[in-house]
Amino acid sequence: MAEQSIGKSVLRKEDMRFITGKGQYTDDVNLRGQTYGYFVRSPYAHADVGEIDVSAAAGMPGVVAILTGKQVAEDEIGGLPCGWMIHSKDGSEMKQPLHPVMAGSKVNYVGEPVALVVAESFVEAKNAAEMVSVDYSERDAVVSVTDAQSAPVIHEDAPANTCYEWELGEKASTEEAIASAAHVTTYELTNNRLIPNAMEPRAAIADFNPATEDLTLYTTSQNPHLVRLILTAFIQLAPEHKLRVIAPDVGGGFGSKIFVYSEETALAWASMKLGLPIKWTAERSESFLADAHGRDHVTTAQLGLDAEGRFVGLKVKTTANMGAYLSTFASSVPTYLYGTLLAGQYKTPNIYVEVDSVFTNTAPVDAYRGAGRPEATFLLERIVELAARETGRDPAELRRINMIQPDEFPYQTPVALEYDIGDYEASLNRALKMADYDTFADRRAASEAKGKLRGIGFSCYIEACGLAPSKVAGELGAGVGLWESGEVRVNPTGSVTVLTGTHSHGQGHETTFAQLVASRFGISVDDVEVVHGDTGKLDFGLGTYGSRSLAVGGSALAKAADKVVEKGRLIAAHLLDEDAEKIDFEDGEYRVKDSNQAKTFQEIAFAAYVPHDYPLEDLEPGLAEKAFYDPGNFTYPAGTHICEVEIDPDTGVVEIDRFTAVDDFGTIINPMIVEGQVHGGIAQGIGQALLEGCVYDDMGQLQTGSYMDYCMPRADDLPSFAVGMTSTPCTHNPVGAKGCGEAGAIGSPPAVINAVTDAVGVPDITMPATPEKVWRAIATADKNAA
Amino acid sequence: MELSQRVRIPVSTEQVWRALNDPSVLQQCLPGCQLFKSTGDNEFEVAVQAKVGPVKATFEGAVELSDVYPPVSYKISGSGKGGVAGFAKGAADVSLEATEDGGGTLMSYKVSASVGGKLAQVGSRLVTGAARKMADDFFSNFVRLLSGDGNMQVDIETLET
Repeated sequence: MAEQSIGKSVLRKEDMRFITGKGQYTDDVNLRGQTYGYFVRSPYAHADVGEIDVSAAAGMPGVVAILTGKQVAEDEIGGLPCGWMIHSKDGSEMKQPLHPVMAGSKVNYVGEPVALVVAESFVEAKNAAEMVSVDYSERDAVVSVTDAQSAPVIHEDAPANTCYEWELGEKASTEEAIASAAHVTTYELTNNRLIPNAMEPRAAIADFNPATEDLTLYTTSQNPHLVRLILTAFIQLAPEHKLRVIAPDVGGGFGSKIFVYSEETALAWASMKLGLPIKWTAERSESFLADAHGRDHVTTAQLGLDAEGRFVGLKVKTTANMGAYLSTFASSVPTYLYGTLLAGQYKTPNIYVEVDSVFTNTAPVDAYRGAGRPEATFLLERIVELAARETGRDPAELRRINMIQPDEFPYQTPVALEYDIGDYEASLNRALKMADYDTFADRRAASEAKGKLRGIGFSCYIEACGLAPSKVAGELGAGVGLWESGEVRVNPTGSVTVLTGTHSHGQGHETTFAQLVASRFGISVDDVEVVHGDTGKLDFGLGTYGSRSLAVGGSALAKAADKVVEKGRLIAAHLLDEDAEKIDFEDGEYRVKDSNQAKTFQEIAFAAYVPHDYPLEDLEPGLAEKAFYDPGNFTYPAGTHICEVEIDPDTGVVEIDRFTAVDDFGTIINPMIVEGQVHGGIAQGIGQALLEGCVYDDMGQLQTGSYMDYCMPRADDLPSFAVGMTSTPCTHNPVGAKGCGEAGAIGSPPAVINAVTDAVGVPDITMPATPEKVWRAIATADKNAA
Repeated sequence: MELSQRVRIPVSTEQVWRALNDPSVLQQCLPGCQLFKSTGDNEFEVAVQAKVGPVKATFEGAVELSDVYPPVSYKISGSGKGGVAGFAKGAADVSLEATEDGGGTLMSYKVSASVGGKLAQVGSRLVTGAARKMADDFFSNFVRLLSGDGNMQVDIETLET
């Protein structure tokens, strides 16, 4: 009998290979006869493409072929589709301009691929790419969301550079509520554009076998089946059964590896055309230019409060940047993953949100850790904080009196979602205690005594994970289902192979899913192997994004495991010569109730595969089960983050002195892994709040194209986080899990900015709150005080 | 990058004007300039090797003179492509006036420069400095050449940046 492992911090099974450098990433795969691809990219943000002269490059050593966007068009490959149809207020469909695999007659952002050079080595491919001469005629570029709708048009089929004008909620009642409110807080904000920066850059190897006409694509994907589906059904590169997509070890994604990009598609097409394996690994500079970016909203909001401080209405107008083209799920991020979250943890009865999404001459923007929910949370938790300050209320108490109470679930918000369960006040109370809120004034006084400024900031976030159900998502425009598959194969010796359609790229699924299944069977975690990331091995799956893997994929596995247990019970009934309903399964043993007659799980497995004494007339041999799970609702993780900062007024440098996060993720399988996810998320959130910001100049040139200019959070920017948990298990999935991957990045940015502005004594500082901005804000605040 | 400066040159405006229109003088004064060849009326083919931070490249392109009012002012503008390094564009409005003592020329110029591609991506922070240095070097060299004193300390007055 193995120890019950759910809720235990089992060390990660995958870590030994990662920390000893034995991970197998896409770039570690090398095939016989492999060639190398290098992309020629546009240095202009907006330009007509004239002749592409490849003659000099073609004669360079090692060059195998040079393929251009014109050839892509001739072969009728592409464009790249967007998988979520959004309808505008007037009912019209969003504008989806052609997103070519490589640019044809016009380039629309710096870094857009225009040609692919294939050579025998990486260096030869790169050298030849430098010799490809492209005749560009530059056009004026538009970069900022606020200019986009009045700028020259990028795509003729998207007038005013507008993709859609979407709305959600009741406009009239919201405006009425705000008009009659006792106090109205207004807030204008920019949610800064971010570059994902996964540790492993994107890479791919396309390998077409001319003999069998099978195409294998190794790629850094969070969802290999989705890649296969899009390349076959939408881009029509190959029949679905002839394309195998393998996403081996993947070093971080944060959303940026969900999408189907130009490069992998061009590589697959080129491999089929040339009959050769081709490898491409992005250089870091290419990642900056051509990975889908995140965020980039400009928003105006009004929050109305009654005389007691209760929220009566929230009205929001956002303009969201889509970049030059619609990336795979771009359209859903500022709509159904943003507007639907604007109720937060509160009982605001009237909410109305309008979102205009616009095209600009910048890299495509799509989901990045949190995807819409950080933008919603930032807006809401900043405006609530401002309302507390403006009305002279304690920010924690203002939140408390507006929170949905535990006995009010299920709770229908005015923005479409129905929250199933939560206890927001429990998390708030726990966080206030862990953060020593009642002694904050003493710490502030101590900071002042040494000439420093101290501030505290709150964020009570909610998010929606495990996007679902498929039927509802389909009605809202989703192009795919949102279920997950799982398969549990019990081997004849009783060890177990688990196959999941989710994908692990840092989340520790090989451990968490092993714990989940092992605990169901009462066997050791070491006896469970988790297989993922290969369309050749798995039925189908929708991959990992939106903190869905455990809540959705884990639920499929739980269902499959339960089917195995039930089949095992029938086998045990036969072997023990007893009715199945009289047999219990516990701690890895099938036992006749109230007796010592028992068979181990391993004995049952053996009997299933060596069916010499087996009810063959009633039961098939073997012990393997599949399940598909389509969730009944989103899950709703929620919690409270409290940030405490100390600022040096002479330099504007912000030191995060304390950071407390109390989260309700429902049932937790592995607390160590969950804490790690929270830590990583908070680090990214602090990065957004204080350090990271993607900047394009007026010509659409990326100014933050390297780590010299794009500042990532480092260990010394971060305190030791205080992480606590509360738990109200999800009511509608068999695991009770809600998802934990994005919460840190969602909850933390407003807590940080609330703390910084509290310390400085100004209403707002735009993210990233760099030392320069903070120093200027201090100078302004001092001048106003004087 | 934008830069507005003024410098005094101890020769007549006519002499300065002639030099400003002489490709060989311009080539001599522009650091890293490998080619400055007339291709037509007020049009030139130019190649300049430049280094900005980690990026070193030869920019090949065209320069043209416009708004030409001899011997008082013109606009010189050019753009060049540096292969994978990206591209650079620059222009200078140059105007001349005789000094009050009559013996010299006061040359004012307003320079703007911008870059794109790899240069902008990895070197944007360095471009302003590099462009200013190139402008400084060019005009200092120009003054020294016209003054006939290769070692003279050139006193450039910055009006605005």
